[in-house]
Amino acid sequence: MDAGNDPDPPTHHGPLRFQVPEPSARPGDEPDFSYLDVPPAGDTRRPEVSVDPHQIRDLADAMIRVLDDDGNAVGPWAPGAELSADAMRRALRAMVITRAYDDRMFQSQRQGKTSFYMRSTGEEAIAVGHALELGPRDMFFPTYRQQGWLIAREWPLVDMMCQIFSNERDRLHGRQMPVMYSAKEAGFFTISGNLGTQFIQAVGWAMASAIAGDTCLAAGVVGEGTTAEADFHHALTFAATYQAPVILNVVNNQWAISSFQGIAGGASSTFAARAIGHGIPALRIDGNDYLAVVAGIRWAAERARRNHGPTLIEWVTYRAAAHSSSDDPSKYRPQDEWKAWPLGDPVERLATHLGQIGEWSPVRQNELDEEAKAIVRAAAKEAEGYGTLLDGHVADRRSLFEDVFKEMPAHLRRQRDELERLT
Amino acid sequence: MNVAIRSALDVMLGRDGQVVVFGEDVGYFGGVFRCTEGLQSKYGETRVFDTPIAEGGIIGVAVGMGAYGLRPVAEIQFADYVYPGLDQLISEAARLRYRSGADFTAPLTVRMPAGGGIHGGQTHSQSPEALFTHVCGLKTVLPSTPYDAKGLLIASIEDDDPVVFLEPKRLYNGPFDGHPERPIVPWTDHPLGDVPEDYYSIPLGVAAVRRPGSDVTVLAYGTMVYVAEAAAAETGVDAEIIDLRTLLPLDTDTIVQSVEKTGRCVIVHEATRTSGFGAELAATVQELCFFHLESPIQRVTGWDTPYPHAQEWDYFPGPGRVGAALRSVMED
Repeated sequence: MDAGNDPDPPTHHGPLRFQVPEPSARPGDEPDFSYLDVPPAGDTRRPEVSVDPHQIRDLADAMIRVLDDDGNAVGPWAPGAELSADAMRRALRAMVITRAYDDRMFQSQRQGKTSFYMRSTGEEAIAVGHALELGPRDMFFPTYRQQGWLIAREWPLVDMMCQIFSNERDRLHGRQMPVMYSAKEAGFFTISGNLGTQFIQAVGWAMASAIAGDTCLAAGVVGEGTTAEADFHHALTFAATYQAPVILNVVNNQWAISSFQGIAGGASSTFAARAIGHGIPALRIDGNDYLAVVAGIRWAAERARRNHGPTLIEWVTYRAAAHSSSDDPSKYRPQDEWKAWPLGDPVERLATHLGQIGEWSPVRQNELDEEAKAIVRAAAKEAEGYGTLLDGHVADRRSLFEDVFKEMPAHLRRQRDELERLT
Repeated sequence: MNVAIRSALDVMLGRDGQVVVFGEDVGYFGGVFRCTEGLQSKYGETRVFDTPIAEGGIIGVAVGMGAYGLRPVAEIQFADYVYPGLDQLISEAARLRYRSGADFTAPLTVRMPAGGGIHGGQTHSQSPEALFTHVCGLKTVLPSTPYDAKGLLIASIEDDDPVVFLEPKRLYNGPFDGHPERPIVPWTDHPLGDVPEDYYSIPLGVAAVRRPGSDVTVLAYGTMVYVAEAAAAETGVDAEIIDLRTLLPLDTDTIVQSVEKTGRCVIVHEATRTSGFGAELAATVQELCFFHLESPIQRVTGWDTPYPHAQEWDYFPGPGRVGAALRSVMED
């Protein structure tokens, strides 16, 4: 029988089913991270930085971990993460100040001193690691959750806070929402609110560095949700085509506002695996393990500097706080999910390691926590003295017309004068 | 005009080591309209190269390169293809200086062939200039002669802000007055086809009076400048034809001066009418010259339909339609 001619052919299949992935736990459920395969620390091999990407496809499904549950540095990636105790304490300090800064600025938002805030709690190691491991002339293309870079690079907290408060000292003149910093001198690219645009720009910057015969590289960051954007795929295509000296970071913190990582296709394969079709080496790394963070960045940076091209790194971490001050995670995920996160807290894990090698103690941690709060409190006091959204000490409205172009064209001068005449 | 554009790129690649030229098929092959022919062999593939087919990627890497300190010149193969790149152009390139307090800038030029008259149908004929003039932070340039194309392209590349440079593709090989039945005139036989080999630039934001006249001011750009000239000749209306050359920033002084003199204004563009750049021009003339106007401003534009393939000459605003508008404003 020719089924093609039968107006109502018999079918052996049932109706098609539209499939929408669901997270493992919702509010009221027990947190369930059974979907995450966490290998023991030290279990994943470390290839040479010059390796042919096709030889390490398995690493896209593995997880590079250096610190074990007792805080020992183990396995093949440990030597690549060698740091002096001072260097580790510096990183720990940057993470702790970042956390204190986030808590303080979140409170400021609740007090009405600013309109908006975004915390990076739980994923501080990734930005801090980049800041301390990349060079002074390398360029970082961050998302809005990498304030740890600026703090690790000792960019003045007061300056950051003036941006948060949009006050008269805000170097961005109140043009950008809070947390959208720009700090070229600190190697920190201006943050966009449009997700993923910076990823392909990082590739362009890296291409330019290679075109110019320079020695510096770029590092771009997106969240796992943003891997769905075209710019992510453009970035991989261009980076692979021109073997651009760039580190392509995907911070998989499990949640894009209320959408779990499966909504970006994370249930079908890892985000690291997105690199494989492009012939880009993929590393998947425990993002809450500071030593693994350092080891991964060093590997990718060394590869790029030796003209072996880009690396894509998926950082497995967890967004412990709300997406932003406008978000309420209790509406879509278990309240205590963060406590059940199998990769722990990056601050505690680095502190434990330092304690394990006799370079840290609970007393010193307590002192550091208190010192960080005091530093942040003092900076906030000073920044608030320059104004906040509450007291209206914001940039002069005339500045609204500046920097649209290098030189102000006649039509903008006319509009500025028109605003000026309004009382 | 494509020879003039190639010459501008050649001059700038030679003068400024930060200039890089790239886009789909622009490298070895030299571009589908030959605007980059020979440049890769002259300057090497580090300076002139092919890109993947991804307009968002092309403009995205241009933004990154500009932030690094290069002066990228990106080609979008047809203006009709630019839409996947609009986020990088509108949200990123145009606002980089503003949002970063001038910490980072985007000194890039995005070239793209625009307009119809080549039987390109709806995906090779569009005139999207009003999309760009609507975006704060972009400059929009659209030349009509080879001499201007070279001088304006050099000025665009030297500009420290992002410039969208639209090239009327029907003018690549010669002027076009809207009479498709007449033989094609190459630029080599045209007085405006003569382009000096060396460096020169034409400032952005300055219009040119192509034909002085006293009856009516015609505001036009690109191919429509020649159509307006033909319409004036065919109707005998003494039109003053202004070639805007740069749409943003707009040379309102030249426009006002002319309309105050003639008291009448006809606006001509190939792009669709509703919310087209003609609407901005009409509003500007009304705001600045209302008491000098002796008749309503008229617009002659493409219809508010997609650009057709087989009915191209019914769509294209030719000298017949422009001439009718000239006669009509004279009767009012």
